[in-house]
Amino acid sequence: MQFMLLFSRQGKLRLQKWYVPLSDKERKKISRDLVQTILARKPKMCSFLEWRDLKIVYKRYASLYFCCAVEDQDNELITLEIIHRYVELLDKYFGSVCELDIIFNFEKAYFILDEFLLGGEAQETSKKNVLKAIEQADLLQEDAKEAEAPRSVLEEIGLT
Amino acid sequence: MPAVSKGDGMRGLAVFISDIRNCKSKEAEIKRINKELANIRSKFKGDKALDGYSKKKYVCKLLFIFLLGHDIDFGHMEAVNLLSSNKYTEKQIGYLFISVLVNSNSELIRLINNAIKNDLSSRNPTFMCLALHCIANVGSREMAEAFAGEIPRILVAGDTMDSVKQSAALCLLRLYKASPDLVLMGEWTSRVVHLLNDQHMGVVTAAISLITCLSSKNPDEFKTCVSLAVSRLSRIVSSASTDLQDYTYYFVPAPWLSCKLLRLLQCYPPPEDGAVKGRLVECLETILNKAQEPPKSKKVQHSNAKNAILFEAISLIIHYDSEPNLLVRACNQLGQFLQHRETNLRYLALESMCTLASSEFSHEAVKTHIETVINALKTERDVSVRQRAADLLYAMCDRSNAKQIVAEMLSYLETADYSIREEMVLKVAILAEKYAVDYSWYVDTILNLIRIAGDYVSEEVWYRVIQIVINRDDVQGYAAKTVFEALQAPACHENMVKVGGYILGEFGNLIAGDPRSSPLVQFNLLHSKFHLCSVPTRALLLSAYIKFINLFPETKATIQEVLRSDSQIRNSDVELQQRAVEYLKLSSIASTDVLATVLEEMPPFPERESSILAKLKKKKGPGAVSVELEDGKERGELNGGGDRGGDAAIAASNASTPSPSADLLGLRSAAPVSGAAPSAGSLLVDVFSEAGPAATSAGVNDDGFLSALHAPEASDSPLVEGPGDSDSAPPTAASEDPAPPLPESDELLNKFVCKNNGVLFENQLLQIGIKSEYRQNLGRMYLFYGNKTSVQFVSFNTTVSCPGELQSQLNVQTKTVEPLVEGGAQVQQVINIECLTDFIDAPLLNIKFRYGGALQNISLKLPVTINKFFQPTEMAAADFFQRWKQLSQPQQEAQKIFKASHGMDTEVLKAKLLGLGTALLENVDPNPENYVCAGVIQTKAQQVGCLLRLEPNAQAQPGEQMYRLTLRSSKDTVSQRVCDLLAEQF
Repeated sequence: MQFMLLFSRQGKLRLQKWYVPLSDKERKKISRDLVQTILARKPKMCSFLEWRDLKIVYKRYASLYFCCAVEDQDNELITLEIIHRYVELLDKYFGSVCELDIIFNFEKAYFILDEFLLGGEAQETSKKNVLKAIEQADLLQEDAKEAEAPRSVLEEIGLT
Repeated sequence: MPAVSKGDGMRGLAVFISDIRNCKSKEAEIKRINKELANIRSKFKGDKALDGYSKKKYVCKLLFIFLLGHDIDFGHMEAVNLLSSNKYTEKQIGYLFISVLVNSNSELIRLINNAIKNDLSSRNPTFMCLALHCIANVGSREMAEAFAGEIPRILVAGDTMDSVKQSAALCLLRLYKASPDLVLMGEWTSRVVHLLNDQHMGVVTAAISLITCLSSKNPDEFKTCVSLAVSRLSRIVSSASTDLQDYTYYFVPAPWLSCKLLRLLQCYPPPEDGAVKGRLVECLETILNKAQEPPKSKKVQHSNAKNAILFEAISLIIHYDSEPNLLVRACNQLGQFLQHRETNLRYLALESMCTLASSEFSHEAVKTHIETVINALKTERDVSVRQRAADLLYAMCDRSNAKQIVAEMLSYLETADYSIREEMVLKVAILAEKYAVDYSWYVDTILNLIRIAGDYVSEEVWYRVIQIVINRDDVQGYAAKTVFEALQAPACHENMVKVGGYILGEFGNLIAGDPRSSPLVQFNLLHSKFHLCSVPTRALLLSAYIKFINLFPETKATIQEVLRSDSQIRNSDVELQQRAVEYLKLSSIASTDVLATVLEEMPPFPERESSILAKLKKKKGPGAVSVELEDGKERGELNGGGDRGGDAAIAASNASTPSPSADLLGLRSAAPVSGAAPSAGSLLVDVFSEAGPAATSAGVNDDGFLSALHAPEASDSPLVEGPGDSDSAPPTAASEDPAPPLPESDELLNKFVCKNNGVLFENQLLQIGIKSEYRQNLGRMYLFYGNKTSVQFVSFNTTVSCPGELQSQLNVQTKTVEPLVEGGAQVQQVINIECLTDFIDAPLLNIKFRYGGALQNISLKLPVTINKFFQPTEMAAADFFQRWKQLSQPQQEAQKIFKASHGMDTEVLKAKLLGLGTALLENVDPNPENYVCAGVIQTKAQQVGCLLRLEPNAQAQPGEQMYRLTLRSSKDTVSQRVCDLLAEQF
């Protein structure tokens, strides 16, 4: 896989993950072009399209589009299920996930993705194992939190 | 606010995100962001040391701002600080920031690498995974240098945790893809292969991506993976849906791993071991059988996962292309999918069938689905599916169904989406040509193509129909009749006028017997379109008219009158005016005999690969064109010209395709073209036969080129001064991408400004010699690659590319060289060059080959410089100064004053100025010490006159001798470029 993009129906990018080295400029151009292309497609159309020399696999879940770019020899259907499994992971973690969860906890969305896919390939396809890894990390976080001294409310909301 | 916030929510971050979301306008958002950036900056700069939590929060805010699409130029240092925090959550955010934002900032990378190194050796699996994720996400060369040795060790160590192994495998994959030269194969490789046997399915899933990539690059070293993969696959395929617990996905056991295993096997030929092969065939049959079983779930995820494996299995069957039984079963299965209600499956079935169509075992089976595919082309609502259907029709086309398929594609073209029309047109044109049994059908098809989709008919397509009509005398009369009829339409496409003009100009006589298409009727018909056409078409029509004068003397008066009219003879377009004047003169003064010779029917075009096919290949990339023109025999039949034998035919076939604005008719000059086989000694074949043999330009070497195709001789210039600093390391960037040009390539380029032959490059392994010759705006270059070693070079491959805007300025064509160069042997490559307009950069020559297993990758600049297209112009002193004054605008002049780097030997200077390609004018400059030259640079777009003056101060002491070089030309870029080039020569 070369990259994965999550974007809203309004075309706002919610998550981007690049597995090939590209400059910022190229990334922005690719995202812009691709978001436009996909948003222009009708609901019943097929989930695959040829785009430049890549195969694009995308699927819409509620207000969010999940879109992967894979290479010529890659399998479209299994990529479609990669997307689905990622959605399942987010759903399980956040508890019926919605777009807002991903906006406010974008860092978590990245962590989950890194446990599932690494370097553009599946690292762990078992839902249980991925979630176990993330939950362990959260536990470490809880410990760390307890160890910290309480802070003033003003500082918490970023006004100091 | 979100319903659920897990872990420790950073409230400050959530507030900031809410603020941004509440912004009513883009401006408000930017304002809010700038405020936040200022706040963070002051926090980071402040005296008070920030605690870890605040640092984490602010870094996270910066990350959020970056992901909104804004630039972030600070905070990297704070993120790097977080890496060495011993709190997991801070470390994690630090790594995330680095992964998203750091490309390869060289100052930071050392610090980052240090932090990673600490975490890798921490023996804390969670920290190790974080570090490995970071390497896999950034994947820079610096990281590969630091960790490519360490990671394989972690991967195969007996005491590494499974989760760490998984990350290490994919981390190594990323490094190998980015910097294959840094990941050294070793003792670990065989142990990696055995990860296919690992008990933990997650480890196998991660490892197989790595193994597949390594196998595709080094198949021999990894070939033991085949039997391991087959047995693993066999275990999965035969397992019950519950056996694999959480690795079963919607009742399908391990779909990702299954697909990857099947993919890995596609790196290899069918297993030789009978038992292994039997087991694999069994697996493939089981997969095909399962497709027929009723689904275990109605969920689309179930069928997708199942079919993903099925399609991958079919890919493997097609890859093997040796099991007729499986191929036909695969085809039948895909046939079912063609009518499936899921659009995705129809799309994939069409795509997969395209490759099946090229197998001899399944071609016939694919053909049985023709009606379904035609129906898909007509009724699918999604253009990407229709595109697949069109591709499949193209792939399944053969002699038996060509007429039907071409007819369907033509009728589809009338309503086809704009995005795919051009490709469709090319495909129709290729099929029509390839399967034409009778050429009247071919001509009809192409004319229909122009009628239906004229705008999408590229030059290649209409050139091709003309080439074929000219080469096949049995179709010429029919073609003339058909174009004549097509031109009757009140509105016909300009491409039709071009074809019509050309064909009637050549073969109008074949239908002139019929009073309805008498010469005058033909002429009036063509001329009625004249005023609606663009300049190139008008130019072509004028050439057709002069051909008419030869074909039909009775039209002479009418046509002469047309030529004489002000709108022609005083036309503001130079090309049209020149043609009108010359044709008028030619028709008035030449005798009938001369006219008949000059305007004789075009000789057959040389056989060559269809330019249309070449274009489609270029469009789709090699390999995508499954229908090739089969063999020379078939092509010979098409082009009508049998073996015309001899060097002339070979030489002629190297001639470039006639260019569009130049005349297909070969009428730029009065010299006869037909039958004039180019002499063997001449390098450039006269496609357009310029002003006859006398025109050999002075810049051209007369030493018989074809006889001198062996080693470049050190005859005309000091070759030994070459770049041969052969004790420096050979340039061996091992990446598959073309290496960047050698640092010395500009210097090498300069060496060839004033000469055409010599040694371009030399190291311990390879010597590259050059011979080249230029005429007008065309050039031909012979490159000689000499293997200096006693070991053969394999995978020898060279490419010539025109970077950037050069692509539109130079047209460069090469043939591929043999991939094998024996020790001590030399291979030769011909490069044809056409200068379209003036240019600055040089084309790049990339050479790749393997020498003893190591990839050599060398890029050089090809010494093609603008002065190569100079034609010398002799003129008297008065003329020179008059022109000099005419070119007096400041931008027309370029001047340089520079120190002499060599002596000021008169003869050497003269030789260099002549080598530049200009004429050296004697007795022009009042100061006999000065040199003046004149020449015209020939490009396809225009001619640029150029004057030059070189003033040495020879009397000065050696070491203080200077030159002043002044260039004047009608084009500022040309003056500057020639001046820059020449200033390096003295």
